[in-house]
Amino acid sequence: MRKNTVCKKSFISEIAGQKYSYLFIAPTLILFFVFVFVPVIASFFLSFTKYNTFSAPVWVGLDNYYQIFFKDSRFWKALFNTTIYAVGVVPVGISISLLLALAIDRKIKFKNFYKSVFFMPVITSVVAISVIWKWLFAGEKYGLINYWLMKIGVNPVDWLMSPTWTLPAIMIMSIWAGLGYNMILLLAGLQTIPRTFYEAADIDGATSWHKFWHITLPLLRPTLLFVVIMSMINSFQLFEQVYIMTAGTGEGVGGVLDCALSLVAYLYERGFQRFEMGYASAIAYILFAIILVVTFINVKLTRPKFEY
Amino acid sequence: MTIKTRMKLINIIFYSILIFGALSMAIPYIWMVITSIKPIDEIQSYPPSFGVHHPTMTPYKELFYLLPMSRYLLNSFFVAAIVTACNVFFCSLAGYAFAKHRFYGRDKLFLLLLGAIMIPYQVNLIPSFIIVKNLGWLNSFYALIIPNMAMAFGVFFCRQYIMSIPNDLIDAAKIDGCSEFSIYRLIILPLIKPALATLAIFTFLAQWNSFVWPLIVIHTNDMRTVPLALSVLNSQFGSNFAMMMAGATVVTLPVLIVFLSLQQYIIEGITMTRLKG
Repeated sequence: MRKNTVCKKSFISEIAGQKYSYLFIAPTLILFFVFVFVPVIASFFLSFTKYNTFSAPVWVGLDNYYQIFFKDSRFWKALFNTTIYAVGVVPVGISISLLLALAIDRKIKFKNFYKSVFFMPVITSVVAISVIWKWLFAGEKYGLINYWLMKIGVNPVDWLMSPTWTLPAIMIMSIWAGLGYNMILLLAGLQTIPRTFYEAADIDGATSWHKFWHITLPLLRPTLLFVVIMSMINSFQLFEQVYIMTAGTGEGVGGVLDCALSLVAYLYERGFQRFEMGYASAIAYILFAIILVVTFINVKLTRPKFEY
Repeated sequence: MTIKTRMKLINIIFYSILIFGALSMAIPYIWMVITSIKPIDEIQSYPPSFGVHHPTMTPYKELFYLLPMSRYLLNSFFVAAIVTACNVFFCSLAGYAFAKHRFYGRDKLFLLLLGAIMIPYQVNLIPSFIIVKNLGWLNSFYALIIPNMAMAFGVFFCRQYIMSIPNDLIDAAKIDGCSEFSIYRLIILPLIKPALATLAIFTFLAQWNSFVWPLIVIHTNDMRTVPLALSVLNSQFGSNFAMMMAGATVVTLPVLIVFLSLQQYIIEGITMTRLKG
């Protein structure tokens, strides 16, 4: 009994002695609890309710999830579009970024100039980028892209008005916008590879292709993995581009026939245009699960068979 | 083919990739600025031309006449500046405590913060909106500023940097009778200036370009930030391309100027933190 009170006292005095530490983390921690921790948990419970923000939430159990998986063809359309987008943008974008990183890693002039130019889209607002590309993609002959397509003898495409071409247009733009960020990270990865490896390979008479395949690529694997995972996560969160580029088509957030509806665009529509907060929370948690699974698969698939 | 000609060929290939790439990066921006100063008849003329015969400021005048653009610029700047200042202060303060103090529950709390970075923002978007709505903060600066004042990533970033400061420095200050806050202000802050500069640049950029959160919490005309205004403009006057490009220039140009003057910091910051602008 006595031992217990002594213990408690010293514990309290210990905490009191640490009051500055708690004071220092208090602002951050309070904000974190109110705007991250509580919402993440609240969102989980909301996903089992019907809630329109005006009247109290009604518990519906797994009904939202049941509706989404078995009754909601628009959810599947959104998931399909988002997957197509990710599967298209990530490999193509990273391959081009790697090519650029390899080019900049050589002894070239104006290194910093190239880095800056490729980096511009990364610091530009996604809204502005989408608006600019909307103009580049403009239909008929006024759009720059269609004009150039016609010049090389390809039929012009009504990019953002045609259900077939809206998503590819958004993908092209996203690849363009992401190059700089991936390139800078890959470049940093390339610079950690010791030059001596290449010198040894030179003595053995290896070709550039051999060096790339047997030295650069394996040693770049950790950076590459990071870049792939980040791009995948970003791709599954596709929203702004769709929101801006399909606006003004007279249809919903996803454009004509939901041709570019993404998961987050669908979440936004259900949650913030129709105020079905429970339903939208369920979509958010499904998105979270998808991102976890995709990340896990990436880590598993790219785990090296042997260490260097 | 000798090795020398082969090397030359590879060089030529890589240079052409770079030049082609740089052109395709720059052209959309150049096209944006050119379109924004073209009169309507030149925009609609065929073929599209990079030359401007009669440059005009009409699209900009229209833009500032139709919308309170200067108010929007002020909103964006005000929010970004306050959020940046708060993040620099709160994150470094908490980062210092997490790095150098010993207190009950430290590692568990830090792990919790770290876990938050992994969760996609869409998961807490809806309840955050409900909380802000119930606090009566919709359509106000409170909604734009307060939830973003101390990001978990900033704490993590500052902690990593402060960990590398030797403990002896802090101990010596303690022996000299320095208070905890003085240690933070006189020893830690000056030593982590480069990290704080990076954090400040990225927070400012992220806030300036932020779109989803303002889209959700701001519905009144005069509280919009610039990206939000551009999006509203896009859905109402999307086909007035000269004005749209003027709007895009107004959003983009300040950031690009800042970037070009601080590019070394920013690119190093990216590789250091793997943070996205």
